[in-house]
Amino acid sequence: MTLGALQVVKPGLLTSVQDLGRYGHQATGVPVAGPMDSFSHRLANQLAGNEANAATLEITLIGPELIVDADTTLAIAGALFEVMCDDRPIAIGESFNVTRGQRLKFGRLVEGSRAYLAVAGGVQTAPLLGSRATHLVSRMGGFEGRALAAGDRVPISSESSPRPVRKATGLTLPSNHRALLRVMAGPQANWFHADALKTIAGVSFRISPQSNRMGYRLQGPPLVRTHDGELISEPLGIGAIQVPTAGEPILLMADRQTAGGYPKIGYVISADLPLAGQLAPGDFIEFHLCTAQEAVAALIARERQLLRYADLLAPAGTEGKQLS
Amino acid sequence: MLLVELEPAIDPIVNERAIVLAARLRSQGARGVRDVAPGYCTIGVHFDPLQTDLAALERTIQSEYASLEALDTVEDRAVIEIAVTYGGELGPDLASVAAAAGCSIDDVIARHSERTYRVYMLGFVPGFAYMGRVDPSIEMPRHRVPRERVPAGSVGIAGLQTGVYPVESPGGWQLIGHTTAVMFDPARQQPSLLQAGDLVRFIPVGVSR
Repeated sequence: MTLGALQVVKPGLLTSVQDLGRYGHQATGVPVAGPMDSFSHRLANQLAGNEANAATLEITLIGPELIVDADTTLAIAGALFEVMCDDRPIAIGESFNVTRGQRLKFGRLVEGSRAYLAVAGGVQTAPLLGSRATHLVSRMGGFEGRALAAGDRVPISSESSPRPVRKATGLTLPSNHRALLRVMAGPQANWFHADALKTIAGVSFRISPQSNRMGYRLQGPPLVRTHDGELISEPLGIGAIQVPTAGEPILLMADRQTAGGYPKIGYVISADLPLAGQLAPGDFIEFHLCTAQEAVAALIARERQLLRYADLLAPAGTEGKQLS
Repeated sequence: MLLVELEPAIDPIVNERAIVLAARLRSQGARGVRDVAPGYCTIGVHFDPLQTDLAALERTIQSEYASLEALDTVEDRAVIEIAVTYGGELGPDLASVAAAAGCSIDDVIARHSERTYRVYMLGFVPGFAYMGRVDPSIEMPRHRVPRERVPAGSVGIAGLQTGVYPVESPGGWQLIGHTTAVMFDPARQQPSLLQAGDLVRFIPVGVSR
């Protein structure tokens, strides 16, 4: 495999290398990181003919300008940006071929917050502890552990033969600055007033400006604690809604710490986390309570959306077997 | 994530059970399980909901835990020594800890360095070990407003816990000294200097006044 590169002319607001995350080291405090919207990351990879864990660029709110230093196939999924490749408009949710030296320019953001740029063969930065995901706070992984900057040359694989163009146009997650997220009760739900879970289910929370890849601070009605105890620090998972003693609940996202000591009233279900990943500060979240069965059914439905576009798609109906 | 909760206590035996149970679950490598991380008295089992037989996983955890209830000693481990220069610019809270404890700076150093600490868990940032218990006479709450930048190698106290900052980061612990030990290096065979369950002693190698 020969290497090409994505030459960064303008980095955009926050563009980082992400794969599905750095698992296996949380016992020593190594955070997982990975895409905020894993669904769109995976879709971009499928369109580019990659496996799901191949590294993509996560592009946030203001997109980059890149010169592609390779003959290759690219695909963008997730947020709807207006994108040009030289003079050619590029559709989100569709792979496209580029020749060496072409310029990819992200323009206006129409809907959503984060887009994923996949390149055939994947972004080829050196893996760190088994992953290429960037964790910004601990400066680990991806491109020198940081967001991309002008002048960076991001290594990609360079293939001589272009891959077939694939389309999944229309397979975007609804966002429109608002998301309904289904939640299940968290391990400390009983630390709160009995109606607290219902309270969070009845109102809109606004994502505060103090939000980032680690978590979203949520502005809304206070969640009244009825238990004053101090929680002994415990492991954290993505989607947990933790509630500091005073202050705003925090929805933990991709760059969350591995452990924490705030009580968790609930967890956003896996199927809905990608919807959260398409939000930005100022957007609104409504929570809806759901059961474990509903959570699994929702995840299966979400996976079927991807399977419909999978390369080696099994005959319809068989994907359910591995779930039982 | 599945949270396995043992007795809610900061206790070496409960912690040992969590660590051993986590190690067993990790080594079994059940389908769909991506990561297993022990806490003080809990275990986080990170799994792919579509690949994991959750009922079977819960049964495994139950039966493994049942076999651990008889575990009432902690494994005898070698003590890892960490050399510390106390006080000075890199231990800016040493004097205020002494003042709050009503003792001398030398007393704080002696009390902090004479104990053998257990690593209960790691978290916050890669390689950050939560160690206990600190001598209650030098117990100190966190700063109300955390510092924006705590240098790598800073040795701190928070409540009855002590720890070392592996990388420069924000932090609220009371900083009493500094070490040149590299707490985390991804290029090492074992990136984290400390693992849950390890025993640690701080060796005073100097005092900056």
